[in-house]
Amino acid sequence: MPVTFHLKRTPTVPLEAEVLTPDVIGGLSNAEIRALTVYHGKRQLPLGEFFDVEGEKCEDLVLHGTMPKVRWVGRAMSKGTITIHGSIGMHLGAYMTGGLINVHGNAGDWIGAEMKNGFIHIHGNAGGQVGAAYRGALQGMRNGTIIIDGSAGLEVGMRMRRGTIVVGGPTRDFTGLQMKGGTIILMSGAEIRTGAWMKRGTIISLKPLQMMPTFAYAAHLNPVFINILARTLAPFGIRLPNEESEGAYALYSGDRSIPGKGEILVWQPGA
Amino acid sequence: MLRITGGKVYDPANGINGQVKDLCIDDKGRFVASVDGGRTIDATGMIVFPGGVDVHTHVAGGAINFARAMTPEDHRRTQAFIRTKSRRSGLGGMAPTTFATGYLYAGMGWTTVNEAAVPVLSARHTHEELADIPIVDKASLTLMANNEIMLDQLEKGEYERAKQVVAWYLWAAKSYGIKAVNPGGVTAWKWGKDAKQLDSPIEGYRNLTPGSIVTQLARICDELGLPHPMHLHCNNLGAPGNISTTLDTLHRLEGRRAHIAHSQYHAYGGDGWDTMCSSTAELAEHFNSHKNLTTDAGAVLFGDTVTITADGPWQHLLHKLTGRKWGNLDVENETGCGIVPYTYRPSNLVNAVQWAAGLELLLLIEDPWQVFLSTDHPNGGCFWRYPEILQLLMRADFRKECIAQLPDKIKGKIRLPEVTREYSLYEVAISMSAGPARALGLTHKGNLGIGCDADLVIYEEDHDVVRMFGHPRYVIKAGEIVIEEGEIREAPQGHEFLVRPHCEPDIDDFMRPLFEECYTMQFENYPVELERIEHPHLRDCVPIPG
Repeated sequence: MPVTFHLKRTPTVPLEAEVLTPDVIGGLSNAEIRALTVYHGKRQLPLGEFFDVEGEKCEDLVLHGTMPKVRWVGRAMSKGTITIHGSIGMHLGAYMTGGLINVHGNAGDWIGAEMKNGFIHIHGNAGGQVGAAYRGALQGMRNGTIIIDGSAGLEVGMRMRRGTIVVGGPTRDFTGLQMKGGTIILMSGAEIRTGAWMKRGTIISLKPLQMMPTFAYAAHLNPVFINILARTLAPFGIRLPNEESEGAYALYSGDRSIPGKGEILVWQPGA
Repeated sequence: MLRITGGKVYDPANGINGQVKDLCIDDKGRFVASVDGGRTIDATGMIVFPGGVDVHTHVAGGAINFARAMTPEDHRRTQAFIRTKSRRSGLGGMAPTTFATGYLYAGMGWTTVNEAAVPVLSARHTHEELADIPIVDKASLTLMANNEIMLDQLEKGEYERAKQVVAWYLWAAKSYGIKAVNPGGVTAWKWGKDAKQLDSPIEGYRNLTPGSIVTQLARICDELGLPHPMHLHCNNLGAPGNISTTLDTLHRLEGRRAHIAHSQYHAYGGDGWDTMCSSTAELAEHFNSHKNLTTDAGAVLFGDTVTITADGPWQHLLHKLTGRKWGNLDVENETGCGIVPYTYRPSNLVNAVQWAAGLELLLLIEDPWQVFLSTDHPNGGCFWRYPEILQLLMRADFRKECIAQLPDKIKGKIRLPEVTREYSLYEVAISMSAGPARALGLTHKGNLGIGCDADLVIYEEDHDVVRMFGHPRYVIKAGEIVIEEGEIREAPQGHEFLVRPHCEPDIDDFMRPLFEECYTMQFENYPVELERIEHPHLRDCVPIPG
């Protein structure tokens, strides 16, 4: 039986709830869970003030409610699952090293920031800085997968080092900013300055992108690795085209102002 | 009033080496022969040291503040100080916040710190921050070897004028002494150049050379009678083969006293990064034969830190070498500064040489009154890691274990494996307290004698050196118990030491036109008012005849 949390009091200021992880909740009784400390702004309150809690001693968590102000859920989790029915706030799954997060709704900024491993699936939209490095840090996500069915905001995958981000809807400016590795797949393209300052890594876009002048066109091709990637992502309903009869990817390399060895692949049907 | 009984006392200033002795402290926070009443601390089985004195650290002012702003990634992972009744909030880490700096120093038993690099233009800011560093007493040094108004006087051969200009700046900054950083090099940096040759004219000057700045500034410090001699960061910091520059610089002192800052960074042989090796033996030999010189190690510890120095050109090079982020400040016509976060790794041959070189200097310079504990905080490592260095100095077997973890290629590049010396507690007390206090001319510090300031630290005797020095049982500052049982009990405000060297009355009239020509601020607004200094303590200047 999973531990379920129903939001009963809507926080008026951000509620920092980094205790909502399978690692913390897993071994606790119902009363202990309700007594865990959360920060409502600067005030320390028991978790039970904000949530009705059912169940205990389980590494599967289910959250219900409209929670755009609830932050840090799943912070540094290493195992178990979190399922969220409703919307969730910033820093979801930040620093996580394992486990699974499913959100049936929208999520805020900084989801999966500096994560080391694990899986996050947002069925709605996400904010900016998905899988990014926090301000000042050298590296964003080191591994793991983030799938967003809807759109995402600014600086998606900023300074990411490894791992995969898939965004179904469009992303905003600076997608893959200062990227150091890993893969970003854009099913619906992005706004401007995609891949700015990218050092290494791959951005794949199925829609045309406005390329920066510091990216150089290299070739048209149907790389084999796309087939492997497509096979991994197929179970999530993601389809990456790569048949020569359908078209080809235009490869751009950059960002030459660094100078970087990153690559942007833009799908061109019928090319 | 306080009485400390039964402790083993290490007071090198008075030659007391581990004798059991009672100490008495009066209401004014001074040591006295006896007291009536008051609290008694039974220190039986414990060790009593004079409070630590840091001769060279960077804890306040524009540069460290820039470093704090540049490293938010460190703030997230570091020790947080939560506000309590006796303590304000703050953060530790690579560049701790002001209040946390005081707590961390005092928490380790240090009671006096010397902020070693202050541009006059940011002196007001520095004093505001120093006022917010609780518990410890403070002093600050003014950056002078790249000040253009002063250099212009030396260029023209107007030595007496230059001396007056220095005196005027010192009092304007309300500081305690003179710091010379890469003489001429920071000035040259404003032309995109550096000053690596002691005898080559500095960029922008016709005759003036780094060597002549060193000679004349050392003389100026003596003739002004500053309690602390010229505090010198030599040219060519960090570069392979810089030992020749360093030794050459020491000869330019022409026998005058000086304190050589973070000498680890100035003791390398080789001619490139691949061949870089430690040349500490040569440098140590010079110190062993020149007793009027002191130095601090500037030791390096492996791990993350942030480097900050007025040596702008070096920082630019470091940024280019590492690809890490870089901050650069230009301080009008006085100096500059650069900031680069850095990680020292044992697997990196250059870092391994640096690590060994710092320890070698502390061990090869025979007289502990000449070489002091420092990491050039935060450049070589953070000050709160000093107990780790003490462990390396006091335990040769532990040192051997650490050396074994260095890359094999290090063989032949360092001297440390051959050094068997271990510091005694008495030598530690000199290196962390009595020695730096004497070098700073603070005769009432680092000294448990009658009449001196009652700053002391009581350790639980422990074979684990890091635990012993990292967690003192009691820390007493000016007779007040500030740390007890690992808790901060009180956070009193310390003093700030200043000097007022003699100035000719016409110096204001001389400075004004030059100032108005160069600076972006009003002449009247420039000097820091004495009222701005919290608890100033004016020290006398006693000129040493040239």
